[in-house]
Amino acid sequence: MDAAPAATPADDALHRALGLTDDEAASIAAILGRPPNHVELAMYAVMWSEHCSYKSSRLHLRRLPTEAPQVLVGPGENAGVVDVGDGIAVAIRIESHNHPSAVEPYQGAATGVGGILRDIFTMGARPIALMDPLFFGDLDDARTRWLVEGVVAGISGYGNSVGVPTVGGELTFAPCYARNPLVNVLCLGVLPVDRLVLGRATGVGNLAVLLGSLTGRDGIGGVSVLASAGFDAEAADDSKRPSVQVGDPFEEKRLIEACLELLDRHLVVGIQDLGGAGLACATSETAARGGVGMDVDARAVPTREDGMEPFEVMTSESQERMLAIVAPSDLAAVQQVCERWEVRATVVGTVTDPGPAAGDPHAGRLRILDGPGGSVLADVPAASLSDDAPLYDRPLAPPADLAERRADDPAALPAPRDCTEDLLAMLLDPSWAFRQYDHDLLLNTVVGPGGDAAVLRLAAPGLPPTGKGLALSTDSNPRWCAVDPRRGTELLVAESALNVACGGARPVALVNCLNFGNPEHPEVMWQLSESVDGMASACRALGIPVVGGNVSLYNESGGADIDPTPVVAVLGVVDRLERVPPSVALADGGSVVLLGRQASALAGSRWAVERRGHTGGSLAPWDPEEHARLLALVAELVGRPGLLQGIHDVADGGIGVALAECALRSATGVRAGGIEGHGELFSEAPGRVLACTADPAAVQAAAAAAGVDARVVGRAGGDRIVVDGLVDVGLAEATAAWRGALAGRLDAPGGPAA
Amino acid sequence: MSVTVGVVTFPGTNCDHDTMEAVERAGARAEPLWHGTASVGQVDAVVLPGGFAHGDYLRPGAIARFSPVMGAVADFAASGGPVVGICNGFQVLTEAGLLPGALQKNRALRFVCAPVDLQVASDRSVLTAGVEVGRVLRVPIAHFLGNYTCDERTLAELRAEGRVVLRYVENPNGSVDDIAGVCNAAGNVVGLMPHPERASDPLLGSTDGLVLLRALVGSAGRRAGGGDGGPAGGPPGVSESARTA
Repeated sequence: MDAAPAATPADDALHRALGLTDDEAASIAAILGRPPNHVELAMYAVMWSEHCSYKSSRLHLRRLPTEAPQVLVGPGENAGVVDVGDGIAVAIRIESHNHPSAVEPYQGAATGVGGILRDIFTMGARPIALMDPLFFGDLDDARTRWLVEGVVAGISGYGNSVGVPTVGGELTFAPCYARNPLVNVLCLGVLPVDRLVLGRATGVGNLAVLLGSLTGRDGIGGVSVLASAGFDAEAADDSKRPSVQVGDPFEEKRLIEACLELLDRHLVVGIQDLGGAGLACATSETAARGGVGMDVDARAVPTREDGMEPFEVMTSESQERMLAIVAPSDLAAVQQVCERWEVRATVVGTVTDPGPAAGDPHAGRLRILDGPGGSVLADVPAASLSDDAPLYDRPLAPPADLAERRADDPAALPAPRDCTEDLLAMLLDPSWAFRQYDHDLLLNTVVGPGGDAAVLRLAAPGLPPTGKGLALSTDSNPRWCAVDPRRGTELLVAESALNVACGGARPVALVNCLNFGNPEHPEVMWQLSESVDGMASACRALGIPVVGGNVSLYNESGGADIDPTPVVAVLGVVDRLERVPPSVALADGGSVVLLGRQASALAGSRWAVERRGHTGGSLAPWDPEEHARLLALVAELVGRPGLLQGIHDVADGGIGVALAECALRSATGVRAGGIEGHGELFSEAPGRVLACTADPAAVQAAAAAAGVDARVVGRAGGDRIVVDGLVDVGLAEATAAWRGALAGRLDAPGGPAA
Repeated sequence: MSVTVGVVTFPGTNCDHDTMEAVERAGARAEPLWHGTASVGQVDAVVLPGGFAHGDYLRPGAIARFSPVMGAVADFAASGGPVVGICNGFQVLTEAGLLPGALQKNRALRFVCAPVDLQVASDRSVLTAGVEVGRVLRVPIAHFLGNYTCDERTLAELRAEGRVVLRYVENPNGSVDDIAGVCNAAGNVVGLMPHPERASDPLLGSTDGLVLLRALVGSAGRRAGGGDGGPAGGPPGVSESARTA
């Protein structure tokens, strides 16, 4: 059963089949002072996978700013936690479920939702909102349509049933995601500060109690075989489908209620979700964090099928399971709560004494036993599974033709004679997707999907009323980041903060999901490193701490990496949420005011990349001080009762698309002028907002006082969208293009309409 | 006197807290009821809220109707007590035989979450007593199986007896006769797919749901206060809105 010696590995060595390199296998043998056996090797393989250990990215992530007075828990725990005042904290986390969704879209997306929820209620927080940034290939491709249908249905099927509203997200289409779609999932939860719990085991003799589903053979090797390797040339490898787990939202719903009740009644000393790497991860991490050891009885784990091997039991990624650390005197009460919620609760282990060398982080042993008092199947230092994972400083290199690419400015492209066709082609109404998500549940959704930021009441059962609100926005822009991953990421942070300001909030925290290609490609590592630096500098400049993140690598198919796709989510707080903030809308007769500086910046824009296939140029520069003034101004204007009739940040597709979206969402025409050519119409220069108001003088006066440019660019009304000299289209025609872009391709022609 | 509305939680129910909050906004006291307890206690009305009772496994409501509380709900309804099923609660009431018809998958075979306009079609139910027939209310829906169906004879009865309580102004799911809500012959058991609790605060964009919940609280109060015990509206059958089929 022992692995082949690491010194002269055979080509078919077990560790390679499990995804470990020869060097990694040798390190394990050095830690143990002997060759690992099969169970041990299986546990290291999953824990040292890229997905669990961040071995390629950890070195870079250290450069992110993570501290601020409001941060209660920063990166490295199950979720980031921020104090929002009144004794209430917010837990937030974002994760990817890219590879499972590429293979099995419904279950991949559904279990992504399930996993992120557990990360939040593990902290003692009640999940109150989900968001899903999604990236797919071209909708003309049948497989892409199958993926979109499946992913949206999976989010809908799991999220709606488990009872947490999906309040926003993003939908991006680009050819690089055709075989490797990205499914990122964010969850937000709220908790009384004093219920905050960390996933650690303490108290020698305390019991490790497994809660929830039976353990099956599903998802074995999900983090290593599936998540930490690329896809072959042929469509996502269907043979990997058995590594995808199957979700049960009803089990999860009961698990949430049971766990929150256990935490409310202080019946557990620590709790940890079982996600990637299953029991191996949950037992070793809780023991390592608590500086103790743990004995786990592999036979005590209730299994879904007979004959499961111990290594399967320890690494299964069966969903809807939690590990609670419970004092023996509380076990009966724990079992009673679980019985009421029909949740299975089984003692599977015991916290053990780390011995005289308690100060040594490696003193605590994780031992896997074959039945109570049975033979020892595995015996490793608990902390070595997480803390001793390899750390790679992988080679990085910018693309060889970087200078040429940056010199290739799309400003040189010929101007369109009429911008209407380009504008119509860039309109896409995402409501086909978000109408399938329950976004109203819990009565907190003040601004739901489709706005610049989701705006929620800060409320949940059991919390005192606060009158405060939360604003949340997820943002990405692979086009910008392909042109310049550093500045592209800076601009993303700026945009996300601006979206939150459009909800009337001030930013308090950021989480990120870094979706990149194969880290063994030096250009990909350069992209990652640049992106981290861009995020760090923008977050420092705006004073926003990074409280959590997730890295998804090996997003490639057929040797081609995806465009660098960092996703950021900024959380903001609205100090007094007394009325519904203005939405993406126009009001008949209102003046349209552009806040921020107009500039022609087409590099990485949707017009240049999507409409002209031009991917070169340099991104517009960014002035953090000016941006900070804009953020404060926008939040102030949004908070003034009745001043604004609508607001929308200028982002993808520039002023042209922003104006059209405001017009389409409110079925109100607009006539704009003074916009210089397609360069200004489709410019994606940062730091601009459109506001519709009946009192433009008041808006301009406030802007002048704040030191922000503001000029009237149009007037709302009529039944056409007109930009003098550039665009002229009827609302009805534009509405058809906007609605049809998604629904028209996904609902079968002639099929049911409602 | 204060009216108490019991709100039932089944495993998988997820609108219970929302419904309790909205019931309190409508002026009543909300009391949680547990599915495993074969009693509704001393409440003046019962609401079965939305969600996915027992995961909607097998069929929405098909397992929930066997929960111990449902016997007590049936007895309470038989004695004239006001019972309202919202969304999943409506599905449970049809499975339990307390309301006619069934809810099948939406015509488009997709979940749909959106605000919709409802027209009050009858005021002879505990949920619409005193509400002007023809009034349009903006209330959100959120369901996959909200497409109401029944046989033709039942439909004729429902219409003749003023038991179609709410209709969609624009049919979002394929329901027969645009039906959004129906009641039993006595008017004291009502089921509806839209979520009135989600239209109970200006911050949520509409307070129209409170019109319905206040009517329920009023009906329950009149009964508890020693009224005739029947539905609190006018004489049966007179107020079905004029409608060309």
